[in-house]
Amino acid sequence: MTGDALLSVEDLTVEFDTTQGTIRAIEEVTFAVHPGETVCLVGESGSGKTVAGETLTRLIPTPPGRVVDGSVTFDGQDLTAASERELRSIRGNRIAHVFQNPQNALDPAYTVGDQVAETIELHRDDPNAHERAIELLDRVDLPRPATAAGKYPHELSGGVKQRVVIAAALAADPDLLIADEPTTALDVVTQAQILRLLADLQAERDLSVLFVTHDLGVVSEVADRVVVVYAGRVMERGPVEDVLEDPAHPYTRALIASLPGRGESMEPLRGSFPDPVDRPDGCLFHPRCPHAVEECRETVPPEHDVLRSRYAGESATPNRSAACVYYGENHDSAELDRGEHDPDDLDGEDRATGEPDAEDHDTTGPDAEDHDATEIPAEREGDSP
Amino acid sequence: MTEAPLLSVRNLKQHYPVTKGLLGREVERVRAVDGVDFDLRPGETLGLVGESGCGKSTVAETTLRLEDPTDGAIRFDGEDVAGYEGDALKEYRRRVQLVFQDPNATFDPRMSVGEAVGEPLLIHGMGDPDRRRAIVEDLLERVGLSAGDADRYPHEFSGGQKQRIALARSLVLDPDLLVADEPVSGLDVSVQASVLELMGDLQETFDLSILFISHDMSVVREFCDRVAVMYLGEIVERGPVEAVFEDPQHPYTRALMDAIPDLGTRDGPPPEPLSGDVPDPADPPDGCRFHTRCPAVIPPEDLDLDRAVWRAVYDFRLALERHSFDREALAERVGATDDETLRTGARETFDVPAELSDPDAESAVSTAIDALLAGDEEAAVDRLGAAFVSPCERTEPKPVGVDRKRDAACLRLEDRVEVEAD
Repeated sequence: MTGDALLSVEDLTVEFDTTQGTIRAIEEVTFAVHPGETVCLVGESGSGKTVAGETLTRLIPTPPGRVVDGSVTFDGQDLTAASERELRSIRGNRIAHVFQNPQNALDPAYTVGDQVAETIELHRDDPNAHERAIELLDRVDLPRPATAAGKYPHELSGGVKQRVVIAAALAADPDLLIADEPTTALDVVTQAQILRLLADLQAERDLSVLFVTHDLGVVSEVADRVVVVYAGRVMERGPVEDVLEDPAHPYTRALIASLPGRGESMEPLRGSFPDPVDRPDGCLFHPRCPHAVEECRETVPPEHDVLRSRYAGESATPNRSAACVYYGENHDSAELDRGEHDPDDLDGEDRATGEPDAEDHDTTGPDAEDHDATEIPAEREGDSP
Repeated sequence: MTEAPLLSVRNLKQHYPVTKGLLGREVERVRAVDGVDFDLRPGETLGLVGESGCGKSTVAETTLRLEDPTDGAIRFDGEDVAGYEGDALKEYRRRVQLVFQDPNATFDPRMSVGEAVGEPLLIHGMGDPDRRRAIVEDLLERVGLSAGDADRYPHEFSGGQKQRIALARSLVLDPDLLVADEPVSGLDVSVQASVLELMGDLQETFDLSILFISHDMSVVREFCDRVAVMYLGEIVERGPVEAVFEDPQHPYTRALMDAIPDLGTRDGPPPEPLSGDVPDPADPPDGCRFHTRCPAVIPPEDLDLDRAVWRAVYDFRLALERHSFDREALAERVGATDDETLRTGARETFDVPAELSDPDAESAVSTAIDALLAGDEEAAVDRLGAAFVSPCERTEPKPVGVDRKRDAACLRLEDRVEVEAD
């Protein structure tokens, strides 16, 4: 990667205090986003990907959350050391967020035109804010923007609402857009429209995008580079076509195998997501990994350069690595393509539901509707397309 | 395939009148479902697929008689469901169970999992708590949870686990038919796979027929035997899943397939996504309802334009018919008020090239734009309406058999049939 990164995250570790103990939401996460680039942070619910995105502009509640270690550098400025005042001038202005549910981002009592105009005025005095709002609505392809500006959120479909949210995010002409599952609540056609819109806007404005998602299919449509996270740690990273066509880490392989409708048989992920207050030693994925060996249980594997067979004879691709012992000196990654070891931890009590167990990090009473301060701000699973 | 269908739906219509004023005068009708036919055989999984707003969930609700249909017949196991009342209706609702998209909305947070799963048994007269408990524990284990989970509360479970519990609850009365409305759409992709696998196992164990409703063709491909594609209240194509995937006949089916993100397996740039939303079902387009968005809409016979240009010119016409022209907005967009700039701006707005290759078409477009700028909108609409009429807006396509097991409703297929007949 040439040139300086716009955003550079190094060894970021974030913890949350809960009544069950301290939870490490992300651990030593490192990645960079260069100007004009889209980096995808991919992981399942509970992987910490949302925490990673929200920590950048300090949107996580502190307490219970806290940055334990690491740095976030944006355009040369260390955001972890920035004052709340400095952050406010960056948030929404130079770094904008788009979240999964547009319904929550819009105020039902105001017209969408007023809301976009308000965002413009928040960032600069503009007597023509309303006209500029209409221009932005036009740019995000709202049909008949002048009329649409006068509508209330409930009069619009989910896809149109998400377009409005994107227009508001663009209001201050940000350098970096953090999009957290922006299409997860939409149906596939609307999703394709929104992804196309984001790609067009990015090219047009030379925008950098950090795209947070659980869906590798979406990744293939938008990403330049991918960072795969599992239970808070980076498992694999690399250029999108390499990671998707030739995944290195067993976890990435398992994620791809679980995708439906590829014409090959779908293979669900076995085992269950680690308990955040009692995470396994060694590689976090080892209890579910069909290739786990003794070493995996004991030591956290560092990120090794990936030198796959298709690059034979070449040097390791830059920025392509996997945190897996099979890519270290003592193993041959070709073994991953052969048989499977029997992961002995799989017969445990959790059986094969393959899902995180909410009990372990939900510390509220039977009525968990309210966002309790001690609850992990884990990603919500997508709601209604 | 001679086995009698378990569920047979014919000409199903569900219209919702929109009324106004004290007298409840009907001002319009939302045609959520407008003439739908399908059969579901024992042990079979039929996917009903389409975008938000196409009416697929309404089909589910009407099939369960949660609402009475406006018209049409629903036969279940050979009997007309419309006549069911009292005990017969209760029995029908025992044999047909519904699973919803959002498992959070399925459960009362104050009820333990055991109570929630066992509740239908109580409603259907099983008073013995020990028997209920035994059935519940058995089912929880079958869906991959443990018997002890019966004493826990819904909030203690993840979304995927809640959906497993919802499945257990739906099976507690030993139904014959499961209507699953987007059962995995709210889940992570990696969790979707395990819930789908479970549903497949349960289907085999309990010998279930499943009506599977989804917006996602990739999930349908994974899970269903046959698929019916719905658009704006109608079924536009149906057939065995693999056949439909290999060679979709209806442009809408193709568009839904194109919308599935691929994993870099596609050659060339991604296809242009369908534009806009499903039109208002209170005012569905004439002819083929998909013509307003169809990338393959048939041009007039004598028109000589590239497909993309034709679609752009046609969109221009449809937009003018539906919405009034706003000269001011256009002027603002192009940043000028003189006619020359506005002329170019109007074309650019609709992606209509500066000059069309077909002279007749060019003359129609330029006359219409001149009329618009002169303030005579009616003349513009008439001019375009005379020049650019697609057969798709005139004729409602009938389902045409593609082969023995498949049909699709598209004029392009009717043409082909005529050609073959010649």
